[in-house]
Amino acid sequence: MPSAIRFSGVSRHYGNVKAVDGVDMDIAEGEFFAMLGPSGSGKTTSLRLIAGFEQPTAGDIHIFGHVAQGLPPYKRNVNTVFQDYALFPHLNVRDNVAYGLMVAGQAKAERYRSAERALDMVALGGYGDRKPSALSGGQRQRVALARALVNEPKALLLDEPLGALDLKLREQMQEELKSLQRSLGITFIFVTHDQGEALSMADRVAVFNEGRIVQTGTPEDIYYRPEVPFVADFVGSSNVLPPEIMRDIRGVDAYGALRPEAVRRCDAGHDAWVRNVSFLGASTRVSMQVHGVAMTMLLPRGAEIPAVGSTIQVCWQQDDLHVMSR
Amino acid sequence: MTEQSAIMDRQGGLMGRLSDALWRKPGLLIFLLILPPALWLGIIYLGSLFALLAQSFFSVDEFSGLIQYEFTLKTYRELLRPSNFDIIIRTVVMAAAVTLGAAIIGFPVAYYAARYARGKWRAIFYLGVMLPLWSSYLVKVYSWKLILAKEGILNWLFETLRLGWLLNAYLAIPVIGGNSLSVSTTGTFLVFLYVWLPFMILPIQASLERVPLSMLEASGDLGARPAQTFRHVLLPLALPGVIAGSIFTFSLTLGDYIVPQIIGSSRRFIGQAVYAYQGTAGNIPLAAAFAVVPILLMAVYLWIAKRQGAFDAL
Repeated sequence: MPSAIRFSGVSRHYGNVKAVDGVDMDIAEGEFFAMLGPSGSGKTTSLRLIAGFEQPTAGDIHIFGHVAQGLPPYKRNVNTVFQDYALFPHLNVRDNVAYGLMVAGQAKAERYRSAERALDMVALGGYGDRKPSALSGGQRQRVALARALVNEPKALLLDEPLGALDLKLREQMQEELKSLQRSLGITFIFVTHDQGEALSMADRVAVFNEGRIVQTGTPEDIYYRPEVPFVADFVGSSNVLPPEIMRDIRGVDAYGALRPEAVRRCDAGHDAWVRNVSFLGASTRVSMQVHGVAMTMLLPRGAEIPAVGSTIQVCWQQDDLHVMSR
Repeated sequence: MTEQSAIMDRQGGLMGRLSDALWRKPGLLIFLLILPPALWLGIIYLGSLFALLAQSFFSVDEFSGLIQYEFTLKTYRELLRPSNFDIIIRTVVMAAAVTLGAAIIGFPVAYYAARYARGKWRAIFYLGVMLPLWSSYLVKVYSWKLILAKEGILNWLFETLRLGWLLNAYLAIPVIGGNSLSVSTTGTFLVFLYVWLPFMILPIQASLERVPLSMLEASGDLGARPAQTFRHVLLPLALPGVIAGSIFTFSLTLGDYIVPQIIGSSRRFIGQAVYAYQGTAGNIPLAAAFAVVPILLMAVYLWIAKRQGAFDAL
């Protein structure tokens, strides 16, 4: 598939602060790509580099084959949905959505027709006369989406677009965004710190940490086959086993990752001292100390719940213990 | 322990009881706090203003020079006499020019302060804008007289740069020129611009601070060139600040009578007319009628601004 966005050794340094530090990535056309990481990991700066709000201090950015550095935002055919939506408060919803077409010089009747169509697409038909201040958070989010999409961008950039919504609305919007992307077929690049969001929506995920990409792959790759302890911990909330323990139990000199749901109770296995038990609804999380390492286990409903402070036996399938490559 | 131990013993004394009473009736507290300024504004300020305005509906007997306390619009008709109407037009044009000039000069300064100045530079900005307000207004105006005088530094600068001919050509233009800058209408304009500029910069800066950066980025992202972003996003969002600043510069220029008296030509402004008619001329009705003009002008100006949606972004 042709490349939509390509980063080659891209850095963005502010003095001594390396916001983005030597990032390589290749986002394919039509892909739903998530940039995942904790705050300050460089994911938002990377998005801003694509949009043109920031310029790289080193490296090359290609957008649909064209060199992008030095190009201002208004000369890039990508559009952004901002974290705070950034709707213009002095314009009504229709004029907000039609803004991109207005500055492009399109006639009023024509751009209002396009704006109405875009509002229909996000299920906000008939809201054109309202001011953004009269809308709910979810509605503003949709207006921001319509305002970006009405320009028919080749790639849509979304900066934590669901961060300000409550849980129920967020789950609904996740599905809507996903189906919107499928029907439009354009590249979506999505920044989030929520691993669940990234895994459930994206075709591919890039995990950021300290200005660098530590792993890129499909959600399954990221979840089941983390390459570094950071990914195992941040994305899968997996148990990370240090090399010292992996040498004893597996005979390899590398980090291991073990998902909490793969751990179960058995009669003869590893000694585990139970530190805490939390009821989660569908399952129960048990925090334990195994070989001197903190570990968690998820027990399905109906399983026998160990007492806090007791010592139990735990096992796992050899295949479930993933050996990390780095 | 007694039953009342959960509640502290009452603070004794008059103050304690007063505090309790005010706590129970917050409306009373507000009333007591508002009363003195309301009396001041309502009676002393607005009252005397209306007393003055009422005078404008009286007239002066042309022979005896005595005020006739009868309702008449004769004084207002007098305002429309060419010699008086010229004063009004001259003042309005000057106030509009000063306002426009202050907005054009003030906007970039305010934008820099709101967007880029941080820490030390912010302090320097506030000091730079406010410092001129610390010294006496008269001192500033007289120092400008020295700057603009024929022997002043500005003239010297033009001569040194061998541009004296340019200044002389400019001063030869009727109406805005004169013998030297200090006795020209241009001089009056420059000094007005200087003394009222802080009143334009500060409100614009306050309104620009409330414009989030993402708003400007969104505009660029949607394809707007910087000039379009200024026209369609930044200016509308900053307009309440610009209007607030223009209310200051416009009304302060309309009412001032010291600057044009010290610097400029002998042609009079509204403030000077009011000063002259209420003083030696003893024509209080005409002075009052002149005083009504700036109030009406400001009312019309605000009404138009509101109609144009200047306060929509508030």
